[in-house]
Amino acid sequence: MNGFNWAELSTAMPGLMQGLGVTLRLLAMGVAGGIVIGTFLALARLSSIKFLSTLAKMYVNYFRSVPLLLVLIWFYYAVPMIFTLVTGDYLTIDVAFTSCAVAFMLFEAAYFSEVVRAGIQSISKGQFNAAYALGMTYPQAMRLVILPQAFRKMLPLILQQSIILFQDTTLVAAIGLVDFFRASYVRGDLMNLLTPYIILAGAMYFVVSSLAMLGVKQLQKRLRV
Amino acid sequence: MSDKPMIEIKAVNKWYGQFQVLTDCSTSISKGDVVVVCGPSGSGKSTLIKCVNGLEPFQQGDIVVNGVSLADPKTDMPKLRSRVGMVFQNFELFPHWSIKQNLTVAQVKVLGRSQAEAEKKGLAYLDRVGLSAHVHKYPAELSGGQQQRVAIARALSMDPVVMLFDEPTSALDPEMVQEVLDVMVGLAKEGMTMMCVTHEMGFARQVASRVIFMDQGKIEEDATSEEFFTTPRGERAQHFLSKILNN
Amino acid sequence: MNYAWNWGVLWDKTGIGNEIYLNWILIGLGWLFAIGGIAWLIAMVLGTVLGIMRTLPSKTANRIASAYVTLFRNVPLLVQLFIWYYVMPDFLPAGVKNWWFNDLAPNTSAMISASIGLGLFTAARICEQVRTGIQALPKGQTHAAYALGFNTRQVYREVLLPQAFRMILPPLGSELTNCFKNASVASLVGVIELISQVKTIAEYTQSNLEIYTYATLIYMVVNISLLMFMGFLERRFRVPGLMSEGKS
Repeated sequence: MNGFNWAELSTAMPGLMQGLGVTLRLLAMGVAGGIVIGTFLALARLSSIKFLSTLAKMYVNYFRSVPLLLVLIWFYYAVPMIFTLVTGDYLTIDVAFTSCAVAFMLFEAAYFSEVVRAGIQSISKGQFNAAYALGMTYPQAMRLVILPQAFRKMLPLILQQSIILFQDTTLVAAIGLVDFFRASYVRGDLMNLLTPYIILAGAMYFVVSSLAMLGVKQLQKRLRV
Repeated sequence: MSDKPMIEIKAVNKWYGQFQVLTDCSTSISKGDVVVVCGPSGSGKSTLIKCVNGLEPFQQGDIVVNGVSLADPKTDMPKLRSRVGMVFQNFELFPHWSIKQNLTVAQVKVLGRSQAEAEKKGLAYLDRVGLSAHVHKYPAELSGGQQQRVAIARALSMDPVVMLFDEPTSALDPEMVQEVLDVMVGLAKEGMTMMCVTHEMGFARQVASRVIFMDQGKIEEDATSEEFFTTPRGERAQHFLSKILNN
Repeated sequence: MNYAWNWGVLWDKTGIGNEIYLNWILIGLGWLFAIGGIAWLIAMVLGTVLGIMRTLPSKTANRIASAYVTLFRNVPLLVQLFIWYYVMPDFLPAGVKNWWFNDLAPNTSAMISASIGLGLFTAARICEQVRTGIQALPKGQTHAAYALGFNTRQVYREVLLPQAFRMILPPLGSELTNCFKNASVASLVGVIELISQVKTIAEYTQSNLEIYTYATLIYMVVNISLLMFMGFLERRFRVPGLMSEGKS
């Protein structure tokens, strides 16, 4: 446990910060992409076109039955292959990061879509009727009346799902991508200070997650009124 | 009462699955008519009025509103609905928008009016229903009666050719019913073509030009208001009237 | 694309005796069930106790359970497993430590720490489900039970828990499948379970797409089986009129 002092930490800091950057970028992309794709999935699921709703249902059920880890590993192999297949070129950018980002977006979309779908369904049919009665089309009614209300209602759940994603980013270690946790582990292993570093990393996630959770609870209280 | 009917309901039949909810409904409403549709629960009156602006589909027959046929698959439904105003039992103001937005957004997005135009019109109608002071509030801050009056103003802002009312006062506390009825009476007196599903027979007596009585999905009586109240023909209508009027 | 498809890869020989790759998959599957099963047992027992503590009138019980949930839900599962695998053994008492490092096969010790870690993690989630279930019951139930003279233990055992559990069977089913999905994370702390086997086979045979397709199918089958099991429990314990319909 000796050697774990400020000097050590300041040497380690650049590496740790780089890892943190990866974590945060994955989080941002995963949440943004997940919500957008998830909303389209929810709309597809609720649509009256059998083909679309079945497809969406299959998508959601698939991603909810497999472990995230499997999806991450699979995409690590599949994304470059698909890229080559589609463009004939070889993927030159950071394969690990790209495949993880794509994997997170598609995976989280399944979970976000359930949240959004519940949100849309919780809006009374009367609101649809009122929007239509004013002459709005389905896209207008969705965009102007239903979705804004649904998102407001579902904001706490969306945030909770994002916090879960924040914790799940640690799994990218499986394909060698260095996120904050892996950076801490590597440094700890290197300097024979494994225990302090693991605990430090754990503490960081704990603090961020709990603060975020507190924020969500406050939000829930305010929205209830 | 002019020549060409504003609303023509021609032999409309509607089923929910196996269950027939509307049977051979036919009637015609002219410009300036104020028609009250009444009847016991489950008689199909709400369903019928929702068919008039296409919120509910029907399997047989046709409804022609201001010359536009609903049965025609080529009809532009949103356009039709923008010309027909509807007021709902549960008000259905949009809770995430202020009163001002509730009045203006549809004008801008559906009718393509400018924001300035929309505000001018919306505020004028808001004033008409006596609620100008609340323009910046949100629906949740208003009472039921106030919300319903805003809902009427919202529908009027679209400059509809006919106004449909689906039990507009049924969800209101008794003391707020009159303020809404007053607005509706005012509209009727100005010559707005109106079709109202309601239990408020006092209102019917005051301004209705015609009364339609429905029972079990059929139009049982379709008479001028005077005829209906003095000499209803059918037994069921008489029964219904006696129950309602004795309250 | 030069990719040689080989859908029969699982039936190829591994080169060790008469083994085929399918054997490796089955081994991994076995460990998966072992970890998932043990963790679930730990989670159910501990989670129920904590859930009850959260609903007791005692402020202390409340706070302890609350703190537990906060701690175990806000640290990523992987970090928790790392702590149980790398950090915890150092703090074991001398005799146990000796046994842990020297007598236990590496995979076994890895499996034990992973099961404990996963169990404690899942317990926090079960606690919240049980709490929600109990709190969803009408207050009148508790009052009526006390009015009949039951003590607190009996109130929970005879009246509250039987109803609460029936109500939370659907979300518990989700937690069960989550538990088994999360077990895959154990592969990152040195446990030979399904995912690590899949990875190894993929490295040996280079038939990545086929292997991962099979793995996906296996997980889907496991999921469906677990859900069917929960459905069976639901039907077995159903009481007419009690809210068991109404999936969200």
